[in-house]
Amino acid sequence: MGEFDFSVWGPSLPFIRDGLLFTLRLTLVAMSGGIVIGTLLALARLSPIVPLARLAGAYVDLMRSIPLVLVILWFFLVIPYITGSPVGAETSAIITFTAFEAAFYCEIMRSGIQSVPRGQLNAAHALGLGRAQSMIHVILPQALRNMLPVLLTQTIVLFQDTSLVYAIGAKDMLKAADVVGKNYNRPVEMIVLSALIYFAICFSLSLAVKQLQKRVAIIR
Amino acid sequence: MNYHWNWGIFLEPVKSGDETYLDWLITGLGWTLAVSLTAWLLALTIGIAVGALRTTPSRLLVGLGNVWVELFRNVPLLVQMFLWFFVVPEFLPRDWSLWVKQEMPAKEFVTAAICLGLFTSARIAEQVRAGVGSLPRGQRDAALALGLTLPQAYRQVILPQALRIVIPPLTSEFMNVFKNSSVAFAIGVLELTFQARQMQEDSEQGIETYLAVTLLYFICAFTANRGMAWIEARTRVPGLIARSG
Amino acid sequence: MIEIRNVSKWYGHTQVLANASTHVAKGEVVVVCGPSGSGKSTLIKCVNGLEAFTQGTITVDGISVGDPKTDLPKLRARVGMVFQHFELFPHMNVLQNLALAQVKVLGRSQEEAATRGEALLDRVGLRAHAAKFPGQLSGGQQQRVAIARALAMDPICMLFDEPTSALDPEMIGEVLDVMVELAQEGMTMMCVTHEMGFARRVARRVVFMDHGEIVEDAPTGAFFDAPASARAKAFLSRILHH
Repeated sequence: MGEFDFSVWGPSLPFIRDGLLFTLRLTLVAMSGGIVIGTLLALARLSPIVPLARLAGAYVDLMRSIPLVLVILWFFLVIPYITGSPVGAETSAIITFTAFEAAFYCEIMRSGIQSVPRGQLNAAHALGLGRAQSMIHVILPQALRNMLPVLLTQTIVLFQDTSLVYAIGAKDMLKAADVVGKNYNRPVEMIVLSALIYFAICFSLSLAVKQLQKRVAIIR
Repeated sequence: MNYHWNWGIFLEPVKSGDETYLDWLITGLGWTLAVSLTAWLLALTIGIAVGALRTTPSRLLVGLGNVWVELFRNVPLLVQMFLWFFVVPEFLPRDWSLWVKQEMPAKEFVTAAICLGLFTSARIAEQVRAGVGSLPRGQRDAALALGLTLPQAYRQVILPQALRIVIPPLTSEFMNVFKNSSVAFAIGVLELTFQARQMQEDSEQGIETYLAVTLLYFICAFTANRGMAWIEARTRVPGLIARSG
Repeated sequence: MIEIRNVSKWYGHTQVLANASTHVAKGEVVVVCGPSGSGKSTLIKCVNGLEAFTQGTITVDGISVGDPKTDLPKLRARVGMVFQHFELFPHMNVLQNLALAQVKVLGRSQEEAATRGEALLDRVGLRAHAAKFPGQLSGGQQQRVAIARALAMDPICMLFDEPTSALDPEMIGEVLDVMVELAQEGMTMMCVTHEMGFARRVARRVVFMDHGEIVEDAPTGAFFDAPASARAKAFLSRILHH
């Protein structure tokens, strides 16, 4: 057994807090951006305009079949060529995760939209609502409600995945733990601390989602 | 910014040695396959066992299975890699700890394969539990009524059916293993992502590098998918799909 | 052969069996009937220990089912059971279904098991279907295979749990024929069924259950001609006038 000194946890807390704040910001931005873009992608995939549906489908399949770390590296490499100037690792991470998660939220929203009975659309049309109106006021709210637990579960996965910004050195919680561990020469204690924090957050969120799942039954 | 394309880069020698960049990528592919396949075998064995335990009448076994799944599901894979690589050896008895740190052959590879294998086993356990749960309860009763013991009933009757049911979700898990193996770069396994970063820095031809590596990951995922489809076709039972409830 | 004494069972606060007692002697056929939810399926599953019971004793051939020291797999291997939904193993063909427990439980060789299996398939008229999978057979054929599968273990008695309830009407006859033949050969049988014609033909006694209680346990003739309880009368008039 090695010798441990967990007193390093005390002075590390301000750094951990800052790192955690970035991790949370990244998660929330990527979640909201991802759900919005993902919903648009889902509508595109379900649209009768074939080229549009194909394009959206290809984007989603591409994102889903390569490793996230590689996507992070790709964006970090390519964004400067598009914007014309280098961007920080944090900005790059936010863009990457939004674009990447959109593909996953897209598939969730697509099955959400398909879970709403066809009769609902007919009923909306019969009331004189247009296509867009029916989608916004009738279909999407039900799709969101049906898929809420799945969307939240995906968000927990996203929260964990943000740790991979390690690949480009963005300053998230794991990076903060890493830096403190190196500065105090206590890397083991700091890895344990970050594992505990991730576990505490993810486990309580997943319990909450389970509770929600019991209450929100899919309405068909 | 302008990008200077150079598709011949793969055949050029690396800056610090007589290998070519192509050699690096081939090594990378080798380690990616090694980590992924070893992890997959480990994950299948443990995942099926844990998944089955979670469906037994024993509350203790179910509880242990649940703890297993929750532990591996709620900590990021990257953090788990660090835990296995830096933390676990510290908790071993002194002699073992020294051996692991100093003498264990292919330490990075072994650690990555164990870590990814256990991580994936929790996900497989979840699928297998759902698969067993979806079988009619009468199947278990019928097996027991014939005098089979509970382990025999699982081996002969319950698992062969449950595993057929979970082949589609297992297919995406198998593809995930290849994707997730990329996280092993962080503990220094010389797999594809590690080599991609190294080649990008060394050659400064990032786009060609990443395109090649992306293609290789694609091929892995595609092969994994076809392989599982082949297994699914081979294990298909006539008339099974027609049977409802 | 089967002795059920004062058996009670609770699921939480709901009582599903209330002090049930009956017996099936060697070579006897006893039919158990009653409205759905009366506990008849639960009772028959208690006989081979598929369901645990809270109080009372059940013995089969002198062996106590509820005793924790009893080797249940060994006991079950000697008691045949046929289920409402057949429960053939869908991933095995018909002959494999018949051979599995013979090999794994009785330790017979594959050849012995196959020979015995084929003989029994002959008997239920399905020899030609030996290589088919359950999903390729009709419900009636599946249930006959299930009976053959139970018989392959050379059971000392047979339990039938609503063997015809999941069948289309035109297939009920072929299954009942097999059961009648079995009864006439002297097999000890406990049958949960609503087939009153079958009961009249071969049952020595009829046990009528309601709300987990055994309300009536009478010789077949007496039960049909003059049921003692109002509940049995009501049940009979419902079931016979359909």
